[in-house]
Amino acid sequence: MEKKVGGVVLVLAALWFLVAMPSLNAFGTPGSFFHVSDFTLNLFGKFLAYAILALGLDLIWGYTGILSMGHGVFFGLGAYCMGMYLTLEIGGEGVYQSKLPDFMVWNRVKELPLFWKPFHSFFFTTLAVAVVPGLLAAVFGFLAFRTRVRGVYFAIITQALALSAWLVFNRNEINLGGTNGLTNFKKILGFTLTEASTQRGLYVVTALALCGAYLLCRWIVKSRAGKILLAIRDAENRVLYSGYTPANYKVFVFTVSAMLAGVAGALYVPQVGIITPGRIGVLPSIEMVIWVAVGGRGSLIGAVIGAVGVNWARSYLTSSYPDYWLYFLGGIFILVVQFFPDGILGVARDAPRKLEKWIRRTTRPAAGDEAFAPVRSEG
Amino acid sequence: MQQAGIRAIPRGASARSFISRVLILVFALGFGLAARGEARTESFSPAIQAEIAQLGSKNRKTRRRAALGLAKRLEPKLLPLLLALREGSLYRWKPESGEARFVIGGDAVTRGEVEYVPLFSIHGKKRLTSADGKPLFVPDGGLRKIRAGRRIRRAVKPYLNQLQSSAQLHSADPNVRRAAATRMARVGDKDLIPLLDKVLENETHWLGRHALIEAKALIRLKSPNPEERRSAAAALGEIHGLNAVSVLQRLAEKDTDASVRAAASDAIGEIEGYLSWTATIDTLFRGLSLGSILLLMALGLAIVFGLMGVINMAHGELMMLGAYATFIIQGVFISYLPQNYFGWYFLLALPVAFLASALMGFLMEVSIIRHLYGRPLETLLTTWGISLILQQAVRQVFGAQNVDVKSPEWLSGGYHLMVGVQFPYNRMFIIALAVFCVVGTYLFLFRTRAGLRIRAVTQNRGMSTCLGVPSRRVDAGTFAFGAGLAGMAGAALSQVGNVGPALGQNYIVDSFMVVVTGGVGKILGTIVAGFGIGGMNKMLEPAMGAVFGKVVILVLVILFLQRRPEGLFAIRTRGA
Repeated sequence: MEKKVGGVVLVLAALWFLVAMPSLNAFGTPGSFFHVSDFTLNLFGKFLAYAILALGLDLIWGYTGILSMGHGVFFGLGAYCMGMYLTLEIGGEGVYQSKLPDFMVWNRVKELPLFWKPFHSFFFTTLAVAVVPGLLAAVFGFLAFRTRVRGVYFAIITQALALSAWLVFNRNEINLGGTNGLTNFKKILGFTLTEASTQRGLYVVTALALCGAYLLCRWIVKSRAGKILLAIRDAENRVLYSGYTPANYKVFVFTVSAMLAGVAGALYVPQVGIITPGRIGVLPSIEMVIWVAVGGRGSLIGAVIGAVGVNWARSYLTSSYPDYWLYFLGGIFILVVQFFPDGILGVARDAPRKLEKWIRRTTRPAAGDEAFAPVRSEG
Repeated sequence: MQQAGIRAIPRGASARSFISRVLILVFALGFGLAARGEARTESFSPAIQAEIAQLGSKNRKTRRRAALGLAKRLEPKLLPLLLALREGSLYRWKPESGEARFVIGGDAVTRGEVEYVPLFSIHGKKRLTSADGKPLFVPDGGLRKIRAGRRIRRAVKPYLNQLQSSAQLHSADPNVRRAAATRMARVGDKDLIPLLDKVLENETHWLGRHALIEAKALIRLKSPNPEERRSAAAALGEIHGLNAVSVLQRLAEKDTDASVRAAASDAIGEIEGYLSWTATIDTLFRGLSLGSILLLMALGLAIVFGLMGVINMAHGELMMLGAYATFIIQGVFISYLPQNYFGWYFLLALPVAFLASALMGFLMEVSIIRHLYGRPLETLLTTWGISLILQQAVRQVFGAQNVDVKSPEWLSGGYHLMVGVQFPYNRMFIIALAVFCVVGTYLFLFRTRAGLRIRAVTQNRGMSTCLGVPSRRVDAGTFAFGAGLAGMAGAALSQVGNVGPALGQNYIVDSFMVVVTGGVGKILGTIVAGFGIGGMNKMLEPAMGAVFGKVVILVLVILFLQRRPEGLFAIRTRGA
């Protein structure tokens, strides 16, 4: 019964984001209650892209117990791949009317570097946004998990990965725009990016991708492999002694998670219009973890709720109370971990039971009665 | 009678300034106004005085002639006056009583609406004092500036440079003497050689002698006589004249005489051989220095991690607090203590930084971290949250800009080991501090009762508790101790780097790499890893730049963890 209700709510939410919001944006009369402004739609497009990343992060943290503090790197790789395509797409319409991107003209680069060339093709780009982060994650994960680098060690190494990626992407030598990143995009597949209809299209694509990512993650966690992931989280040594190779499962799930992050980055870039090294450093990487923690780790819906919720709070607070955003962020880091280890979803799930317990206690002061003694829910 | 011009401005609170003004008034009325006196005791010869007087002329030509005349005398006693003339800080000042005279103005101070200028005598640039012995300040409206246009400045310049160099060659400070010799080598001609020879006779400092010999040889390199040039080049090679490389290179390529070219390239070879030798020493030292910084930062982290399995992401912010504590102590010394005590502020700042961070660490432990033992990933996120809050708090209190922490006198400068190799005192101090902290921590852990308890809890918490060790108190104490070490590291960092809200962020990942590489719970591992990573960093830096060097180190650490997943010195368990 409860499951059915959950399913209905889920489908309704999907329909709201997928169909209702873009339609209200397209057909609602501006100013009316039933209108979603271009700005709001764009904002939510960004949030939904983040939600895809949060799903991947939840897959490894919530389900497998691996904390990655370097997901900004995978996000950034996907974003930079898409950014390179978008930069090349403007052709000779840059400030310098050159075939090369503007920043290469400043840096006196004479010829397009080799690794830029394939990004003329949109098809290649769509592959690359998932494959490039996936490859890095596979190699990194293979090296780390093979020797059972785990727990905090892994977290710290991924953080170092984020730091070094940030350092490298800030350099001009690697021809990715240095500190300024890639920006000034004009077109995607011939559509002008500034058009409201293009942005709406991108929003719909993002929402669809989120649905797809959700179904993929759901399929993984419901499968046999998903059970083993949970087992790795709870008792890795037992999994090992039962004859499984946890490292393979971990590399697999880490790679999938990185690919999702890459896709998220690729969807983020055309909607936001810029990607800089600032998005892939240590701070943004660890902030992504908190989205999952707030929503509720170990639950895919929770990850989505957390990503959208925290980012919505962020865009509200950073514009209204810019000085207090960090207090808020730090505060939820502490509060969530201390008091709500299962996040918003955990609170929502436990609320009816807790409420019931509380009502019983207040209405029947004779709580000493055996029959009504509180039952410990989890062993 | 209100004496308009003269006010003594005391250092310190403005509440006192009123009283002292009243006092000055009383003194002035009582003894008659006499700000002069002292400055009159020494003076220039009448001829010079006449020329100085012409500087006050309205006629530009007269002024120029006077200035040039004064400069040409090459009289050392005129140097402060001429320098002031060039800088535009020479004034004509007319006291309330007495005749107008020339004075040198110092840096103005603003009190209320008016700018006050401290006055100095033109003879020897001595501070002028009012009758009660307080430094003399006058509002800048009461002064008439002696204008020195571009032409005057240009005409005076060569004489002034020569005067300055020769004054500096006789300076009491060996560093000033050396710098003067080096500058003369660049601009001087052969007329200077007798002067250099004379100075060389009295010079006792080996580095000063080196600079003088180098200067002489460099001047001789310009000689028209090929034999002289050859011998100068040979001399430069012999003494490893590092400042001569570019000149020698030009000589080796373009000189008309073949023997000079050969001698020059020989000298270059010798100097370069020497340079590679000094570069090695330099790299080693810098590696040692970076290693000890890393060690200082990682020590507290390693203890906390080893004992409680707590990943303290706020460790960097605890260092930041230590650095800001140093800043505050510096401020206290500047505002409340006489200037000559300023140098000692840092010695007080170290324990204060330790205590401030330890207190913060203690609060963190009892309020938050205590509830998270056994869940390392959770502590990681929570402490990260704390770090964000601390950062923002510091940003709001002290501002987002870096604050200025000055090194005390005894930490600036450096020790010259050999020509071209200088070990800065602040770096040496940090190495010493790292050694002190490691030894102190070792003694604390292995020679005290508290340390025994800490080790007991680290090895077997359950058993220790059964045997009556108050493990909660031990936890709180250890965490505070680790935090205090971070504070100390922050105080040390304030001497070599910027102090700003992002200070912690810049170092935290590095210190974690050290802890991870060293292995948990082993101080020896932290020491080896700290110096290993620091040294490697500095060795890679020249070849591939700071950024890519760091990336290479990360890769190396990951590969290293391939072989030793639990770090250099692991406590073996059956779990892994």
